[in-house]
Amino acid sequence: MMNAGGSGRWRSRLRLMKRNPPMRMPWTLRKLGILGMNQRNGDYISLYNERRHYPLVDDKLKTKQLALEAGIATPELYGVIEIEHQIRDLDTLLGGHREFVIKPAYGSGGNGIMVISGRRGIQFIRASGATIPRGELEHFISNVLSGMYSLGGLPDKAIIEYRVIPHAVFDAVSYQGVPDIRTIVFRGVPIASMVRLPTRQSDGKANLHQGAIGAGIDLASGRTVDGVWFNNVLDSHPDSGNAVRGIQVPEWDKLLELAARSYDLTCLGYLGVDVVLDRDHGPLVLEYNARPGLNIQLANQMGLLSRLEKVRALDEIPDSAAERVALGQQLFGE
Amino acid sequence: MKDLHLKALALILVVIALGMTYYKVDRLGVPLTPENSTHVWTVEATLTFDGRGDPAKVALAIPNTPPGFSALDESFISSGFGVSTNTDGTERTAQWASRNVRGRQHLYYRMVLTDSAGAHTDRTKPVPTYPEIPEYSDPERAAVFSLLDSVRSRSADTSSFAQELLHRFNDPTPDAEVKVLRDGASEPRAKIDKLRHILAGARIPTRVAHALHLNAGLRHGSLNPWLEVYNGQQWLAFNPETGDRGFPSDVLVWYAGDRPLADIDGAGDAQVEFSSARSLRDVMGLAQQRARLLNSNLLEYSLLSLPISTQNVYKVLLTVPLGALVVVLLRNFIGFRTFGTFMPVLIALAFRETELIWGCILFSLLVTLGLVVRFYLEHLKLLLVPRLASMLTIVILIMAGVSVISHKLGMEHGLSIALFPMVILAMTIERMSVVWDENGPSDAILAGLGSLAVAAVGFLVMTNPLAEYLTFVFPELLLVVLAFTLMAGRYTGYRLSELWRFRSAAKAISNR
Repeated sequence: MMNAGGSGRWRSRLRLMKRNPPMRMPWTLRKLGILGMNQRNGDYISLYNERRHYPLVDDKLKTKQLALEAGIATPELYGVIEIEHQIRDLDTLLGGHREFVIKPAYGSGGNGIMVISGRRGIQFIRASGATIPRGELEHFISNVLSGMYSLGGLPDKAIIEYRVIPHAVFDAVSYQGVPDIRTIVFRGVPIASMVRLPTRQSDGKANLHQGAIGAGIDLASGRTVDGVWFNNVLDSHPDSGNAVRGIQVPEWDKLLELAARSYDLTCLGYLGVDVVLDRDHGPLVLEYNARPGLNIQLANQMGLLSRLEKVRALDEIPDSAAERVALGQQLFGE
Repeated sequence: MKDLHLKALALILVVIALGMTYYKVDRLGVPLTPENSTHVWTVEATLTFDGRGDPAKVALAIPNTPPGFSALDESFISSGFGVSTNTDGTERTAQWASRNVRGRQHLYYRMVLTDSAGAHTDRTKPVPTYPEIPEYSDPERAAVFSLLDSVRSRSADTSSFAQELLHRFNDPTPDAEVKVLRDGASEPRAKIDKLRHILAGARIPTRVAHALHLNAGLRHGSLNPWLEVYNGQQWLAFNPETGDRGFPSDVLVWYAGDRPLADIDGAGDAQVEFSSARSLRDVMGLAQQRARLLNSNLLEYSLLSLPISTQNVYKVLLTVPLGALVVVLLRNFIGFRTFGTFMPVLIALAFRETELIWGCILFSLLVTLGLVVRFYLEHLKLLLVPRLASMLTIVILIMAGVSVISHKLGMEHGLSIALFPMVILAMTIERMSVVWDENGPSDAILAGLGSLAVAAVGFLVMTNPLAEYLTFVFPELLLVVLAFTLMAGRYTGYRLSELWRFRSAAKAISNR
């Protein structure tokens, strides 16, 4: 009896392994249209993103200025600190603003961003509620200038800008931080979107690798689908227990159009556009990414490759951003 | 066809490489595997001096029938100098001369030797005259005679006399006489002079033998003095440190006697350095002869024509592409994460000296200690460049500390920590601590372990004897490595780690 029970357990475990194997065969992934890192670099980034266009997205200050000229909304620029000496004039630079964000112009992956939500005497208050003495803030800025967060450690600039007040739509499913919406735009056509929701585990950061939730967004409707947390499908937010699925992103078409227009601005064929939803100002472009990651496939539980191939096969891409949005929604909406 | 240009280029490279290799193996008879059976040494003396624009004459003492070896070949490399050799009794000298010598000059003397331990070498000549008893100073006189008396009472012949004297002289707890005599004679050469001075008191003829300790990768080596004693029939050699009789099999006697190693007329001081390698010259020599017969310049212009010390450098350098290949395979095909693209290759090079296990231990120790200090520095709020400079200083201090402590504990492996690339390590520690702060400890440790694993695999590949031999004797095979890395540059398939990473997405799609 014992024996039979044991082998039964083994059989069921084996069945489970078969249904959910720890690895997939490469041809299975290929058939399912999943994009790998090597293919992203070799077949898309190196072919569709010309290197001479990189400085434009790598330097967030330049991005901001160009976006401003093209009428693309970004968080308002308060000031720029370029040399150590200017740190002393922080107060003049800030004007009357008590809430602001400091970030490196050449930063990547959301590193080196300091969010200040208020002041108490000579101390500043961070978004997390912790106070930070003025001296420490100045040290942070000087670290930014010396290139601690920049690509390749190059000397950097510190951008001081408007602090985004997140739209209430994601309040129920995010912990501190600001959820941001990443859209992949290929040849000007939006092909996939996801929203990254900070959790307690991710320490308020919108980084999937650190434990933020990634939830795919249906391109046609702008409604979220299932979320993914640490590679597992998730129904509800781990901190609040609220449902992640079915949230309608406001001003969805406007957001997609912003993303599509970014292609004309950056000339990058394979582009990641990060947008935040501000309570008062609506969708604002936060930054562009010339090497957007592959996690969006996990968040949407779909493969990018099949979508990329579809757009690659198109002979003609419409000139107007609105038409490209419509094309993307028609091709990839549910 | 996709990437036709690249594929054609890779094919051409492979064809060239394999064609050259085939030619060398089939026509010139170069062996495909290293020969270990016979020990063939190539020893080279490099004489460097500065000319003053005058005629110059240079004499270099060179070996003459060294015990334990037989010479296969010798050669002199010197542009613009006339060369002659000159044998006077047992002494052999190479003489270079030139009318006008200006600027820095390098003269090379190279000999090829095989071990011939059994062969009998005549050590009877020259027959010396018996020395007069020296005029000792007063306190010395008493000590010498008292020591000689007590040694004489415990020995039977000249050989055991010399051995007993050496034991007494090297005694870790010396008696009063030896203490007096040993004063100021700690350097090997000074010690031998003192011993000869003492032995002259017993009227025993002595001389200094200058010998080279052979080593497979010796560079910038120098001669060590040995004590030789005449017992009435022949010269007996003694290790001045241990008192052991005879030369070990890896010690080559360069010359004996009091004359200088190099003697220069008409130019500045000469510097002589020695290098040696356990070379493939025997089989390669045959291959070279055949190449000459076939009128082929392939081997004439090969790495084997370079000076030995340069050859030893290239033996290591030519394996570096293999390390780079390992990095490509582990990063782009497997999906390892490392700090810095080629940092693991540099660590793997350091492992050559430390060996694998100790290398891994020392690397982990250094990075861990460095990280601890780095976290402390975080509190001091330093600017980036001064902080990096401080880290570099601290890394070097930690390295020195580890060396000293492990030496005191008798673990000589700890000394080789000095060969780690410290600038790279300081940068690695900095990067690791930033990743630690921003992406959490698991990311930092994972990438650290990834770097270590890549370094370990790189080390195993780079030090494989066959790989070392093939890249050195057939450097054209590196074109195959190049072709592979070029092709890998267009590999757009999945990485092994992605098969795991996208498992849940794959499941969801196939269920739809």
